[in-house]
Amino acid sequence: MRIPVETLRLDNGLFVTLSEDHTAPIVAVNLWYHVGSANEKTGRTGFAHLFEHMLFQGSAHVGSNEHFELIQRAGGTLNGSTWLERTNYFETVPSNELALALWLEADRMGELLPAMTQEKLDTQRDVVKNERRWAVDNQPYGTMLEKLQELVFPPTHPFQHSLIGSMEDLSAASLDDVAQFFATYYTPDNAVLSVAGDFDSAIARSLISGYFGPIPRGKGKPPLPPMTLSPVFGTRLREVVHDNVSLTRLFLAFRSPVFGSDDYYAASVAAALLGMRKGSRLHRALVRDRQVAADAGAFTFDLAKGSDLLVIDVTARPEISVAQLEEEVEREVDLIHREGVSTEEVERAVALIETDLIASLQSAGERADRLSMFATYFGQPELINEQVDRYRSVSTQRVNELVVARFGENNRASLIYVPREGVETESMLAAAAGAS
Amino acid sequence: MVTALRPKPGPVRSYRFPEFIDQKLPSGIRVVTAPVRKLPVVTVLVIIDAGSTNDPTDKEGVAALTAGLLLEGTARLNGAALTEKFERLGTSLESGADWDSAFVKITALSDKLEAATILLGEALSEPAFPEREVERLKAERLAEILQLETEPRGLADEKFSEFLYSPESRYSKPDEGSTESVSGLSRADVQEFYRARYRTGSTTVIVTGDISADDARALVGRAFQGWASGSASSAKLITASRSSRKTVHIVHKQDAPQSELRVGHVGVPRKHPKFFSTLVMNAVLGGLFGSRINLNLREVHGYTYGASSYYDWRRGAGPFVVSTAVQSEVTAPALREIFFEIERIRSESISGEELSLAKDYLDGVFPIRYETTAAIASALASLVIYELPADYYDTYRRNIRDVSSDGVLDAAKAHLHPHELQTIVVGDARVIRDSLAQLDIGDLQIHES
Repeated sequence: MRIPVETLRLDNGLFVTLSEDHTAPIVAVNLWYHVGSANEKTGRTGFAHLFEHMLFQGSAHVGSNEHFELIQRAGGTLNGSTWLERTNYFETVPSNELALALWLEADRMGELLPAMTQEKLDTQRDVVKNERRWAVDNQPYGTMLEKLQELVFPPTHPFQHSLIGSMEDLSAASLDDVAQFFATYYTPDNAVLSVAGDFDSAIARSLISGYFGPIPRGKGKPPLPPMTLSPVFGTRLREVVHDNVSLTRLFLAFRSPVFGSDDYYAASVAAALLGMRKGSRLHRALVRDRQVAADAGAFTFDLAKGSDLLVIDVTARPEISVAQLEEEVEREVDLIHREGVSTEEVERAVALIETDLIASLQSAGERADRLSMFATYFGQPELINEQVDRYRSVSTQRVNELVVARFGENNRASLIYVPREGVETESMLAAAAGAS
Repeated sequence: MVTALRPKPGPVRSYRFPEFIDQKLPSGIRVVTAPVRKLPVVTVLVIIDAGSTNDPTDKEGVAALTAGLLLEGTARLNGAALTEKFERLGTSLESGADWDSAFVKITALSDKLEAATILLGEALSEPAFPEREVERLKAERLAEILQLETEPRGLADEKFSEFLYSPESRYSKPDEGSTESVSGLSRADVQEFYRARYRTGSTTVIVTGDISADDARALVGRAFQGWASGSASSAKLITASRSSRKTVHIVHKQDAPQSELRVGHVGVPRKHPKFFSTLVMNAVLGGLFGSRINLNLREVHGYTYGASSYYDWRRGAGPFVVSTAVQSEVTAPALREIFFEIERIRSESISGEELSLAKDYLDGVFPIRYETTAAIASALASLVIYELPADYYDTYRRNIRDVSSDGVLDAAKAHLHPHELQTIVVGDARVIRDSLAQLDIGDLQIHES
């Protein structure tokens, strides 16, 4: 099984990947801008994501919210998302509407600023603040991402600060910031455009050069501060958060090899072996056999620079104390660190990963997104076709070397959520109800 | 710079929902097969008429528990060994029960499909329901219920059902059961539920993906040999409302930065003559990003990250609900806007622009919904569960296009009931109660979460 991949680069630096598949009259358009929260300046946490919202507020020839309307009217789906290292925008449309999707993306890459107003910025700031309340502040364990970033990255590291941003920094964002960020990062030479699905290559190439070709190249972006980190924390890190949660939950993080490196695949297999599905080590030991956990999993962040993170995530049963939970989880980590893993476990993990990989490539949107990812991080979209082999070639020995190097006591960071006691009492409720 | 000239759409390329064959095996099991040759992947979805609406009174949760336990061991293989076997084959595996059916779904690569399906047949026809796993899954459900106490979204959904439906309705209680009902469930209850409901005449196996219809049918025939024949009847479902008067229920959550809102009433069953006009009406009201409720609450006022409305389609009349979370301070104005939009769509015709946006979207997005074997299997399951006609997917787009603005207005008048709206707010009662009391949206009741 191979996904066809063609590439071209426009004179203005825009890197384009194309992947044809004519099984259904659907086409996906996907743009990755190589900018994320890591690029934010001091005092502007959350700006990359707020900026993503502004990209749906119109551009020179597109009205406010018209991007959404035109794509939905065409029968398409769309969204955008922001991560530490990148921001992406994507739509899947009926294939006869490919030109519309490309034109909309080109218009906002080329001429966003004429459409920006203070009123739109203020509204989206409120929307994002409500997104923060909804996804972070009013959601159990919702602060996990930002607390973990703060715990495991050094203070000046670009991955250390919150992606959604603080309320204070969101309040401070101005139209000047929007203009500057746009000019610096939303340029064709800092982007990858992928098209996957039902299209004719010659027509797509001509549409792309017609719409995107006139957009001028950027002036370059400021380099990120040094990203490199030592392979281990070097010390034991631990933070306990007393919060409005019902069950104690432990996130145990390890520094691990960056996404795409040879060792990354060993780490990814180790994470799957530990926490993917019910046959994984942690699920079997903690949920099924010892019954101390209500749930257990493990995953990698897939960061392509500095250091990736491998995170174990275990939610305790109600009767289990913090100390018990930590001890049980660490015992499993010690065990794997000391005795290694078996070939059967590696095979189980690789088989599950392979099925997921192939099943996910059924969707044009997924294919386009992965092409953009491999092109953005490594300049090699054809890596999409090498993933199964990379995973299959991970040996038991390789996983064991990874486990020895990264699962030791000097590379563990624990973020623990503990239920706050007795916050809501009867008398407080009575006060709330008042005399009615 | 980028041309101002908006591109016009090219000629529409035709699309047909994947062809499928629907047959009964001699055993009575129904098999629906849809060969889709794109990638070497196959999904097998087994649906059994053993959903949560069949839970006996006071044994709510037994349907979900039974479905969960199907993968926890057979006479020959204990739960860990069974899981291990599936996963060594790379099978992604899931089982559960929703209101209308129990289901087990596997997705496997083509070359592993046969082994995985045979194993699935064994698991489903000889489940051992080990006592230890029964107790473990019960305890995990109890932990999940405890989690809801601090999870505003789930809590709002659950309280909404409780306050919407009459206490005799199965829909008024959590589909996976309450602390009380789950605590009381036993292995014998599970065995009895399985014996009564897991029968060939109540079971459909759907196979979609990289396999021929003949091969799929032969494989299902071999894998599912050991089932008990016959079928189970279902008791009549009660879907009455708890109250026909508007009421506001505040579920108090100290210091909540947002109010989780649910506003709605009992809706209509999935199989309904006005399904399409109701679907389009809801798309205009709250079903799309560009729908009235989202544009009003999010893009005009910035009250929320998102707001939507939907009919929760079930065999019985599921809820109609507007769902959003707003900053605590603007709870009252946000509710006022929601009530305003529900009233407005009933009182005047929608514009041609709004009608075409909703219809063009639902019509155009149709092929995008069926890109994966799992999505196609799930669409075929809907045909079976809701007893829809075999040409349902072939006529879907025409049915959408046939909806008129009069049809939308009629649907809004018939299926939106402003005077019966129940409002559930999970939020800080101290901050919101006074302003809510001043709205004309019903009497206020305050509850502890």
